[in-house]
Amino acid sequence: MKKIIRSSAGKRGETIRSDCYIELEIKSSGGIKIDINSKVKSMYGDSIFNFIKDMCRFFGIKHASILIEDSGALPFTLAARFELAVKRIFPEREKEFLLPFNKNNLYKTKKDRLRRSRLYLPGDEPKFFINAGLHSPDGIILDLEDSVAPSEKDAAQILVRNALRSVDFYGAERMVRINQLPKGLEDLKFVVPHNVHVILIPKCESASQVIETEEEIEHLKKAHKIKNEIFIMPILESALGIIKAYEIASASKNICALAIGLEDYTADIGTQRTLEGRESFFARSMLINAAKAAGVQAIDTVFSDVSDMEGLRQSVVEAKALGFEGKGCIHPRQIKIVHEAFSPNEEEIEKAKKIVLAFEEAEKKGLGVVSLGSKMIDPPVVKRALRTIELAVINNKILDNWRNEL
Amino acid sequence: MKLIKNAAGRLVPLEANGLKQISFKGVNQYKPSGLKAKPPIRSCIDYPLDGNKVVKNLKEALSKSGLNDGMTISTHHHLRNGDALTNLLFDTIKRMGIKNLRWFPSASFPVHEHLIKYLEDGTIHHIEGSMNGPLGKFASEGKMRGTGVLRSHGGRYQAVQDGEVHIDIAVIASPTADEFGNANGVTGKSACGLLGFALADSEYADRVIVVTDNLVPFPCVPWQIQGNNVDFVVEVASLGDPTKIVSGTTEVTKSPDRLLIAEYVADFIEAAGIMKNGFSLQAGAGGTNLAFVLSLKEKMKANGIKARFMRGGSTKYLVEMLEEGLTDYILDGQTFDLEGVRSMRENPDHVNTSPFTSYNFHGKGNFASMVDVAVLGATEVDINFNANVVTHSDGYLLHGIGGWQNCLYSKCTILAIPSFRDRIPVIVDEVTTLCGPGELIDVIITERGIAINPLRKDLIKAVKKSSLPIKTIQEIKEEVDEICGGIPTKPKLDKDKVVAIVKWVDGTLLDSVFKVIS
Repeated sequence: MKKIIRSSAGKRGETIRSDCYIELEIKSSGGIKIDINSKVKSMYGDSIFNFIKDMCRFFGIKHASILIEDSGALPFTLAARFELAVKRIFPEREKEFLLPFNKNNLYKTKKDRLRRSRLYLPGDEPKFFINAGLHSPDGIILDLEDSVAPSEKDAAQILVRNALRSVDFYGAERMVRINQLPKGLEDLKFVVPHNVHVILIPKCESASQVIETEEEIEHLKKAHKIKNEIFIMPILESALGIIKAYEIASASKNICALAIGLEDYTADIGTQRTLEGRESFFARSMLINAAKAAGVQAIDTVFSDVSDMEGLRQSVVEAKALGFEGKGCIHPRQIKIVHEAFSPNEEEIEKAKKIVLAFEEAEKKGLGVVSLGSKMIDPPVVKRALRTIELAVINNKILDNWRNEL
Repeated sequence: MKLIKNAAGRLVPLEANGLKQISFKGVNQYKPSGLKAKPPIRSCIDYPLDGNKVVKNLKEALSKSGLNDGMTISTHHHLRNGDALTNLLFDTIKRMGIKNLRWFPSASFPVHEHLIKYLEDGTIHHIEGSMNGPLGKFASEGKMRGTGVLRSHGGRYQAVQDGEVHIDIAVIASPTADEFGNANGVTGKSACGLLGFALADSEYADRVIVVTDNLVPFPCVPWQIQGNNVDFVVEVASLGDPTKIVSGTTEVTKSPDRLLIAEYVADFIEAAGIMKNGFSLQAGAGGTNLAFVLSLKEKMKANGIKARFMRGGSTKYLVEMLEEGLTDYILDGQTFDLEGVRSMRENPDHVNTSPFTSYNFHGKGNFASMVDVAVLGATEVDINFNANVVTHSDGYLLHGIGGWQNCLYSKCTILAIPSFRDRIPVIVDEVTTLCGPGELIDVIITERGIAINPLRKDLIKAVKKSSLPIKTIQEIKEEVDEICGGIPTKPKLDKDKVVAIVKWVDGTLLDSVFKVIS
């Protein structure tokens, strides 16, 4: 087999922003030659030049001809593209060029945190990463699966890894959707060591897939001495997945939520997805029931018409009524609508306040049973009331110190 | 070239194009005295008594106007990127063999790239007016014979009025005119809305030529340009491309990040208590500006608030506000889309204005300082709130000042800008070119937070309890520097070669634009 000595990586063209295109050709002599074509050349030309030289040194490249067509790529993208070009020539090299962890990216997550909105970010599109967190989604999903072209799966792995270290998502839960198993297991080594919070398993159809994923995560955590918790969110997108919902939901204590994917599900049962959604009513109810039975959250599918904000609002209101606690978003503008639609109404808030006060009163008195008037209140009701109050506060519907205002 | 440091600490030349210059003394520190400039005395008996001033063509009008080497020729930019007249004008002048002209447009557009060959061959000596796109690049590379002079719309009126610029011949593109020279911009196939930018030219030039592609019998009503100031009228087949004169497609941005900025702007205006009955605002075009108007509109509706007047750059979005009763008036400086033109033509509450009413430093007051809030853009802002609108961080001259400097006098000036563009930081240590002193810039709104000028303690207090992401400008800058991978290198500039000067609204020299070493 002829040895590959040339490779390319990244994107170029008039419409490309925040990305770059790199051609790498390994030579036998002549040192490193770097040709930079950049719209930020006068500002960052020297910095790009030195950066690439450092990377050559890191990967042990002594003689090469390198072309860089830069459309304003940030360092984490530039590094990912160059590393990819190197790895496409030397796939056996395991060495990773890791940029320092952004100090803001070390926060942790909790199993029962709010997951009202999760914003999908195509894993090979760095321009969408940078400002995603500014729109305040509860979570961002760096996607390695459907939004990435098969030929660029390797590109997305490296880019997503770099993004987890460098891009500030401003407190959003840091999720990654891996590819379908078994390929998805490969993806894990690019994300587990870099403070990923939740792994989404697409087209999940069995408890064993969850366990396989979990074992690989545990293995990588041990190898990299990772202490933080990593949760799992299986996405059920087939008739089989739905039927096995409870088995999946209860497969591991690390499962934090079940999500439903209706595009694939409706295709699987041989029908069309409608706005009304009658065709998926069973699947949604089944998933919600299984999730609640296993004590995890139920998360609804995405709403795919980004121009129909009213349709989105109604779909969230319906999802909330069914028992879902979150919705997938494919555009930042959807986030605010989703949050508003999930926020409790006045009646819900008033009821929740009474329950929370009764609960606190009972605790203070050391009573085992909470009661409101003549009615006994069960723990799940208290838990839900506390969540309602939390939602009311973050939606600015009541003040944090609402007790003082009574 | 000898340079001195002005009151803003910027290096400026003592003279430009052979004329002595006064350096910037500080905001409101300089007032010229004496008498205003005056045009020559004319008598009606020298003009056709039947009022017909039509001549055969542009060449004849120019000859009769006494066109000569070294003169100053003015044009206006209401036809924007659809303007064909200016190119035709200089083609004609070239054929007449005239050299060394000073071109004094109210702004230039990419369509005027055609004129580069006349800058090269010496037909045009230099440009005094905005240099956008290709002309800006040409000037930045030091290829223009003279030094470019950048003025605000108000500064242009001031320069004409205090005699700094004497216009020999004004050529006024007029979408409709009569043979007497009365002209307007609201009717005709090349309708552009209004002709306010040509007003000073019509009043102060030695000779005034009205050029139209829609000649109507006297009287042309309404007349924003008065025929009594006009020497000659020329009819041409076409003034330009109507689809580029008013785009008709001025649309709100779809960028989620720009929309976020727009939302913060509207939220800020509400939280600061500016949005109240009878308030006024100035909004420009540009995707973010249009979006903020829409966000604000929802808030006004929800709270039952009505504005007294809104200033544009009008677009269909301002027109909707007028028609839905959310503002009593639009006081319009230029019209950006067809709806704006229609509204101005049909609705007496959509009023045309000019730099004289709106921006002029030598007026007995002007509208700009009466506006409650102005929302503007910028290419760079520094940590002292100084801002740049004419050059990019690579040193190239790419935009004009427009009414931007004048609008800084509003009661609350907001710059709505991204904190960086691609990898280029917008919040910087020091602006490449100073166009607006920080003391007049009150609030910077970016997608990463809102910075309020520490001088505006009242605004800081007003929004203290809001949930807005208030930060210091330093904090935003540090965040951006980290994202972009460090502070960018400054462009390589030849500090011995001033390619253009930036005037402040009072006519003093605020800063210099230097030649880019490429």
